[in-house]
Amino acid sequence: MLEIKDLHVNVHGKEILKGLNLKVPPGEVHAIMGPNGAGKSTTSYTLAGRAGYEVTKGEIDFFGEDVTALAPEERAARGIFLAFQYPLEIPGVSTMNFLKTAMNSQAKLRGERELNAAEFLRAVRSAAKELNISEDMLKRPLNVGFSGGEKKRNETLQMALLKPKLAILDEMDSGLDIDALKLVAEGVNKLRAPDRSFLVITHYQRLLDYIVPDVIHILAGGKIVLSGDKSLALQLEQNGYDAVIAKAA
Amino acid sequence: MAAVQQTVDTVKTLDVDAYKYGFTTEIESEKAPKGLNEEIVRFISARKKEPEWLTQWRLDAFKRWRTMEEPRWARVDYPKIDYQDLYYYSAPKGTEGPRTLADVDPELLRTYEKLGIPLSEQEILAGVQERRVAVDAVFDSVSVVTTFKEELGKAGVIFCPISEAVQSHPELVRKYLGSVVPVTDNYFATLNSAVFSDGSFVYVPPGVRCPMELSTYFRINEQNTGQFERTLIIADAGSYVSYLEGCTAPKRDENQLHAAVVELVALDDAEIKYSTVQNWYPGDSEGRGGIYNFVTKRGDCRGARSKISWTQVETGSAITWKYPSCILRGESSRGEFYSIAISNGRQQVDSGTKMLHLGKNTSSRIISKGISAGRSQNTYRGQVFAHRKAENARNFTNCDSLLIGDQCGAHTVPYIEAKNSSALFEHEATTSKISDDQLFYCMQRGLEPEEATALIVNGFVRDVLQQLPMEFAVEAQKLIAISLEGSVG
Repeated sequence: MLEIKDLHVNVHGKEILKGLNLKVPPGEVHAIMGPNGAGKSTTSYTLAGRAGYEVTKGEIDFFGEDVTALAPEERAARGIFLAFQYPLEIPGVSTMNFLKTAMNSQAKLRGERELNAAEFLRAVRSAAKELNISEDMLKRPLNVGFSGGEKKRNETLQMALLKPKLAILDEMDSGLDIDALKLVAEGVNKLRAPDRSFLVITHYQRLLDYIVPDVIHILAGGKIVLSGDKSLALQLEQNGYDAVIAKAA
Repeated sequence: MAAVQQTVDTVKTLDVDAYKYGFTTEIESEKAPKGLNEEIVRFISARKKEPEWLTQWRLDAFKRWRTMEEPRWARVDYPKIDYQDLYYYSAPKGTEGPRTLADVDPELLRTYEKLGIPLSEQEILAGVQERRVAVDAVFDSVSVVTTFKEELGKAGVIFCPISEAVQSHPELVRKYLGSVVPVTDNYFATLNSAVFSDGSFVYVPPGVRCPMELSTYFRINEQNTGQFERTLIIADAGSYVSYLEGCTAPKRDENQLHAAVVELVALDDAEIKYSTVQNWYPGDSEGRGGIYNFVTKRGDCRGARSKISWTQVETGSAITWKYPSCILRGESSRGEFYSIAISNGRQQVDSGTKMLHLGKNTSSRIISKGISAGRSQNTYRGQVFAHRKAENARNFTNCDSLLIGDQCGAHTVPYIEAKNSSALFEHEATTSKISDDQLFYCMQRGLEPEEATALIVNGFVRDVLQQLPMEFAVEAQKLIAISLEGSVG
């Protein structure tokens, strides 16, 4: 469903991704690990279509469609979701409002019917309950004054409601203590489905203890240098990136 | 967030530069000759069959005005206005005499219908609306109709065009006219005093809570015509009234002058809530045309424990020069000012408030949200003053500016002066920019860029929107999105 072919990306005129190739079949969880500066965040932003991430060569295919030139909202409507490393604050806009606006926008872009107020409330309440998100939190302005754990749970809530085909989790564990991490990972695991894939981008192996991937890729110098099963993460943990990458090269 | 959705739908149906109220009404009108002199002042006064004292009041104002100079201290820039090149009186034909809906030219009714202002009482009553709004519709220089007069009359509330009040309640008009904004107050107020044509008059008797929202809808139609309306609202002891004004004008290439005066008087324990949704034609994206909105608005908390609250949503006009103020004379009186001022294209806004604490234990609150986009300049100018005898004066001011794009400007100019050491004045100000990160975050969730901007802006102005009566809050929200049209990308 996701196929990245020979992707080259410039940011501020500097080439960051240098021929990235990656295939994620439906229902699988793939992890991308890599040292700082390898191009992890660039990969997630480029997949989401952020302005300033200029694709100079290659393409991104999503369900057979080349989405490389599509705007972020069009990709979102096709089912690409990015859980942000640092979710943004939007003062004065309640989480509830934001969720409703997002869901309706996507429905509209897809030419589907928008949810009515009762359907929406039911959907939010049940998803919020699963993630231990209080009514009060739904009424507060989006992410304003939220703790790290609350922000990530909120990202997971959005994912649950928007039901993406591909969820990219960018450093989902940053800023989380172990309890919060467990809660978020549980939420993510519940969303695993045969028609939904995950791309888990992380620096540390720790997250992969809770969200267990089918395949691990190591990104270094703007391309995938090594792919393998989950044991690769343990190798990294024991030997460090330098050694594993050197061995791969 | 249905309102945002609606907003965005509206935005999408519009072209860039579209101002949906920009149509003109083909209607015959009667005008005074162009230019300004004593004859014109007398002409206006005679048209309105005014008593001698009022004619003299106007003439005194005119005499004074000729000795005055146009203020130049505001942060706005515009070519010199030729006051002799304007019409000072224009009335749709056949608007004299008793005015009921049946007498109103159908063309005028259609105009208000197009503007979304229901004037037919039956229609309003037939609707499911829980809250009704009485409307005074002012078209160019005259009021064309006032609705719900009878029902208001039962409660003892007087709501009528000021020209009618001069005839029917001369003692009230004479007592209060010019008592808050004196004839000599400032250049534009003095000009208004000389040539004011129409506007609304409200009197709420002691202890009465006005049974519905009152509103005036101003429409400039004629070319080269200045609009000088005068509004006077008196809330007698222990009464309450909520009032809203809305304004639009056709798209024209030349600038039009609007110099209104609004006076509010609140006696003991009375409360006046005055809301404005100002959407005069702002000019095109190159700054051609648009209204010069030079307005003097002031409320006098004359009685003890009285309260006056100004709420304004300013999206229109080429130039705005406007400082709705409160004189906190009565002991323990309170003044509030809530403002959203949006500028886009080449608009220039210099707006704010004055809170003048004269009495003991007076308090005031200022919440101002300025949003600048395009190549506009947006200035908040506010004065907070405590008189020597104003023991325990309290003020809280919060001025936030939001910038969209990098070619606009936001400025904050506070003047704070306390002559009594017990005064406690707080001032907070922030300036922020809608960040690319925020926009991208919203877009990643499926929002289009303009929808995302509207959402963020509506969040930014939420504190103020909450102050507006419900129906108008929705309208204001739509207006905000439309005003910011074309500001992204």
